[in-house]
Amino acid sequence: MKRFNKVVSAAVASAMVLAMAACGGNASDGSQAASSAANNNAAASSEATGNTGADQTVGTFVIGGIGPLTGGAAIYGNAAMNGAQIAVDEINAAGGINGAQIKFLKEDDEHDPQKSVNAYNSLKDQGMQILMGTVTSTPCVAVADKTAADGMFQLTPSASSVDAVYNDNVFQVCFTDPNQGTKSAEYISEKKLASKIGIIYDSSDVYSSGIKDTFVKEATVKGLEIVAEEAFTEATKTDFSTQLQKCQSAGAELVFMPFYYTEASLVLTQANNMGYAPIFFGVDGMDGILSAENFDTKLAEGLYMLTPFAADATDAATVKFVDTYQKNYGETPIQFAADGYDAIYIIKAAIEEAGVTPDQSVKEIGDALKSAITSITYNGITGAGKSMTWEASGEVSKAPMAIIIKDGAYASVE
Amino acid sequence: MNFLIYLINGIGLGSVYAIIALGYTMVYGIAKMLNFAHGDVIMIGCYTVFLTMTRYGMNPYISVALSVVVCTLLGITIEKIAYKPLRRATSLAVLITAIGVSYFLQNAALLLFGANTKSFSNVVNVPGITLADGALKISGTTIVTVVVCIVIMLILTWFIKNTKAGQAMLAVSEDKDAAQLMGVNVNGTISLTFAIGSGLAAIAGVLFCSAYPTLTPYTGSMPGIKAFTAAVFGGIGSIPGAFIGGILLGIIEILGRAYISSQLSDAIVFAVLIVVLLVKPTGILGKKIHEKV
Repeated sequence: MKRFNKVVSAAVASAMVLAMAACGGNASDGSQAASSAANNNAAASSEATGNTGADQTVGTFVIGGIGPLTGGAAIYGNAAMNGAQIAVDEINAAGGINGAQIKFLKEDDEHDPQKSVNAYNSLKDQGMQILMGTVTSTPCVAVADKTAADGMFQLTPSASSVDAVYNDNVFQVCFTDPNQGTKSAEYISEKKLASKIGIIYDSSDVYSSGIKDTFVKEATVKGLEIVAEEAFTEATKTDFSTQLQKCQSAGAELVFMPFYYTEASLVLTQANNMGYAPIFFGVDGMDGILSAENFDTKLAEGLYMLTPFAADATDAATVKFVDTYQKNYGETPIQFAADGYDAIYIIKAAIEEAGVTPDQSVKEIGDALKSAITSITYNGITGAGKSMTWEASGEVSKAPMAIIIKDGAYASVE
Repeated sequence: MNFLIYLINGIGLGSVYAIIALGYTMVYGIAKMLNFAHGDVIMIGCYTVFLTMTRYGMNPYISVALSVVVCTLLGITIEKIAYKPLRRATSLAVLITAIGVSYFLQNAALLLFGANTKSFSNVVNVPGITLADGALKISGTTIVTVVVCIVIMLILTWFIKNTKAGQAMLAVSEDKDAAQLMGVNVNGTISLTFAIGSGLAAIAGVLFCSAYPTLTPYTGSMPGIKAFTAAVFGGIGSIPGAFIGGILLGIIEILGRAYISSQLSDAIVFAVLIVVLLVKPTGILGKKIHEKV
């Protein structure tokens, strides 16, 4: 009986090894499953349409979305996926991309690089051809290497780290971190908001410290005086009294806060408790602060932030998007939702420019799209002036707009 | 003047660590186990108060009382399901189980309450003290936290010294088997310890969230670890030690951040901890227990 067990286990083990080898092979040559599935699809549909012409159904583009749907950054992932879903529904209802419908699949990565790679592999098994993701920077850097190896076209709605677009197949919808820091300093100096500036930043986060570095550089060029530069870390993000105290003692008239709204709401509360009321200035991570449940919006009154999207903008495209979003999800969309919405339309524009079809392989689509995206100009709902273009490096070029919180709502300022 | 402000801020932060550390140290002192899920019981207590107050508009005092009940029941349940079957297992197995319970509670909260940050309303309705023409402000929350901390410390000390259940706890902490031979209900005593520890967690949670009003499923984990450090600092197992360790930890953290480096504040805290443990391995108030052979 013992020997029999050994034989069985050896057989099982070798079967597993074979299975794994098969998986590995699949992964390296770029999702055969995906392209063959698409091929079948295309074949089936051409049979169905017969000789009446190829302008009816020409298969389905499978676009995958990865982002944090649970965990501390869930608000961003959910917003981006909801925005993307609206775009997908609109495109499908209007007849698809060159007649091809979009199938949108999403996976959760909990803002964790390892889980993000797992999510990527899972989506690839489900036939993903184009990746819209990931939503946050750190996982994006990890997944970008996988898509580069597979030659898959990747468009991240909101990962702002420069490292995220290091590979030539990855493009961004949002600004890069250096861009945000520079633009913030430019804005403060142009509008003469303050001359003495205090900075509080998260030194354990690449997003926060990246923006801080370029902000300091640009502020020095513009002649702004940085009077305090105080850090906090992942482990010390509850008490900000010391950092605020040092900003106050140094006479900072404006406190620059390049980090997320969860910590920002604590900073605002503690500043209010100590009676310190400088101008607070945040970047795109501040977006969402008003939707934190039970948050006293009075604390955020007068808070500036530089983001590419204003929900109160009056152009037709934004109004339509905001209305649909409110109807479907019961809340006002934040910047990440708009980024997700734009991302899908940018993919559509690039597909139309390149003229790719769903029956092509992942790598063919990827190669065609990455050259196509650099030649399009896309007009969406994010960015002042709403027009975006891309460099081959993957960075987007668009103008940010300033938003101020007024009477408990986001309002754009000139 | 700035020094005094930092000192007061340090006491404010330290008092929160202290009140969390009380629960840690009590469970460790008696059951001899590190309950790493303590921070997450705190988080559940905060959610209870948050939901009952903002969604159902309950009176703050009633909702705090309710949260104590919920946490006590939760503590007993965790003890029954996760720790009791491991009573005879190695302490390492129990430690790993506690970490598992901690992750379980975090993910359960994620599922139940969602990931979005909630903003906690301060339940402490005590005015602060202003000194030196408004330059020095001691918040009402800090005062209440320190007072509550001292009161709990006194009650616990009295309870352990002067009641039958308290004496049983002492006996169990010294020698479980001997205590059982003397007719002490060891299982019951350990369950009671968990119940009290978890009830304290609810109060600690309410005060923590009143001082630092953001609430997420991960709210409890970092302060939990800091409070554990505070308990070790003061001498784990010693109730006054937890108080002193917590306050000192808060002051060192804030002063280190203010005068040395805001990036290195945690490194400074742990450097001090290492020095203390080198000089006095059982912590500031820890007693050296001689094992009889």
